[in-house]
Amino acid sequence: MANDVLRATIRDLFRFSLSFRFGSIILMIVGILLLLSFFSPFESDDRRVVPRNKPPSQEFILGTTGTGQDGFWLLTFAIRNTLMVSGVAVLIGRTIAVMVGMLTGYLGGKTDRVISSIVDSIIVIPRLPLLILIAAILQGEMTVLSLALLLGILDWAHPSKRYRAMILSLREREFTHTAIFSGMNAVKVVVQEHLPFLIPLLLADAVAGFLWAIGMEVTLSVLGLSDLSTPSIGTLIFWGNYHHALLRGRVWILAAPIAASVLMVVGFYLVSLSLSEYLDPRTRLSRLTMEE
Amino acid sequence: MTLLKEFILPRFAQWLIVIFVGVTITFIIPRLSPVNPVTETLARMQMYQNIDPEAVQAMRATLLDLYGLEGSVLEQYVNFWKRVLKGDLGPSLASFPLSVNQLIGVSIGWTIGLLGTSILIAWTLGMTLGSLAGYYPNRWWSEGLEKSLITVYPVPYYILAFVLLMAFTFYLPIFPLIGGARGTAAFTWEYISSVLYHGFLPALSIVIGATAHRFIMAKALTTTEKSSDYVQYAQMAALPQRKILFYYVTRNTLLPQVTDLSLSLGALFGGALIAEFVFGYPGIGTTMYTAINNGDYNAIMGITLLSIVGIATASLLIDLIYPLIDPRVRYR
Repeated sequence: MANDVLRATIRDLFRFSLSFRFGSIILMIVGILLLLSFFSPFESDDRRVVPRNKPPSQEFILGTTGTGQDGFWLLTFAIRNTLMVSGVAVLIGRTIAVMVGMLTGYLGGKTDRVISSIVDSIIVIPRLPLLILIAAILQGEMTVLSLALLLGILDWAHPSKRYRAMILSLREREFTHTAIFSGMNAVKVVVQEHLPFLIPLLLADAVAGFLWAIGMEVTLSVLGLSDLSTPSIGTLIFWGNYHHALLRGRVWILAAPIAASVLMVVGFYLVSLSLSEYLDPRTRLSRLTMEE
Repeated sequence: MTLLKEFILPRFAQWLIVIFVGVTITFIIPRLSPVNPVTETLARMQMYQNIDPEAVQAMRATLLDLYGLEGSVLEQYVNFWKRVLKGDLGPSLASFPLSVNQLIGVSIGWTIGLLGTSILIAWTLGMTLGSLAGYYPNRWWSEGLEKSLITVYPVPYYILAFVLLMAFTFYLPIFPLIGGARGTAAFTWEYISSVLYHGFLPALSIVIGATAHRFIMAKALTTTEKSSDYVQYAQMAALPQRKILFYYVTRNTLLPQVTDLSLSLGALFGGALIAEFVFGYPGIGTTMYTAINNGDYNAIMGITLLSIVGIATASLLIDLIYPLIDPRVRYR
């Protein structure tokens, strides 16, 4: 049943939304690149397996790096790692956000006011300097996983406000009262009755998290503050700059990760745009009237 | 009175919470770290030169004092607050005789100038274009504008700035690679034009991202507002379109935009930091970059603390403007 709804939704999106079509095609390409990393003929840390600093050719589609790595296969690893970091970050961030949002939204009253004003304060705090401080102090100890953890912990305040607003409106609905009067406890009401309503919002919101996390991964790596021995979009650019790829005329080393990052974020953004447009009742109404 | 009690006081309390949370976080982070900053700094200093063991001991004591690592955690915390309230961020570890305050003092003006100008330009541009595109959604220019800004919007700040750097200082070298101005500061055309010339690319990179954000929001708000009854009434009354859009619709979309600006200030500041170190602009971002490369934890800590306080204060000021433009708050 749920599967059918999902399939119908995707079919609708594909048919009516240009941005969904473009976005999903781009994401599919990114996904294929990610999967290819598992079939790479080289390990991600194999050095000097191919001739060094060769421009793109038929043999090496994206050229080779100064350390003798194949640009194309390295890029597939980079995409995998960057998406892994941002995926874990999004998962952690949204989990905290959902919990905080549900708690404040459902409990209401004084608890809500106290937690909400703390959340409002946390939103104002600029996150990049904070990230830089933490990463600089952890320098050397930073792993891919700890970076993901760090990004996740810093990215929950904004979404939690949105979930809170949603729960606030759900709390006043008839079915909530029915559930309470029939003896369900608060946790059960929130998880079983309210969570399903949050899921669409959560999906569109997760993409915003991906965009932020990818941007921060790139920024921290370029500053030399992440695990530089693991290939990621950011570390590829870092090493490219470190070896003065631009000044030596080896643009392909930088162009590949830049193009990949742009593809990734644009793909995600287009899909989320079409999703939130699809979920917005106002545009859905206008779409329905258009179809008639 | 109600304005003060219901709007200004809670907002002020929130500002105090931000400062408290910010100072506490900057206090806790270095203490949770598995790396001891004191040993780390000492190791770094001894890497390149031999230092007399006694001097090392003295230095260790100074560093412990500097990081406020003496005494119980509570004592440390109280001392940290005392220092912060005095506005003393301690000495810089990398460029020693200078204090962090001095380091920041030299660069903060550049950052405020760059960020302030960029926000102003992006705000005006994004609001105007977004309102127009929302009001006339089916023209070729509004569709083209929307498509291009939607493509630019999600691109990470660093990538955007770096591509601009590659394009306009390397392949098409019409802008300088580094620096904020030429010559000594003076109120002459030569100096001012060099400031504008050097600031153009960093500002452009911030403006593009910020305009895209503002545009998308303005367009969505205008589209919603356009279906209001009063707009249809005004159209039936044959008021000039320009007047309907800029006198009524845009003024109504202004409020959420102001709230959003105060909330997104932190992200904009982050963008400015990135733009500065990409373009070697002499602001706080570059100072922070140098501090990272030199392992100057104290400077990074100082800049983090200052940016939290600065952004919180700026967003407080923006929110305090709110009653001036919202008659509902003013006349209640």
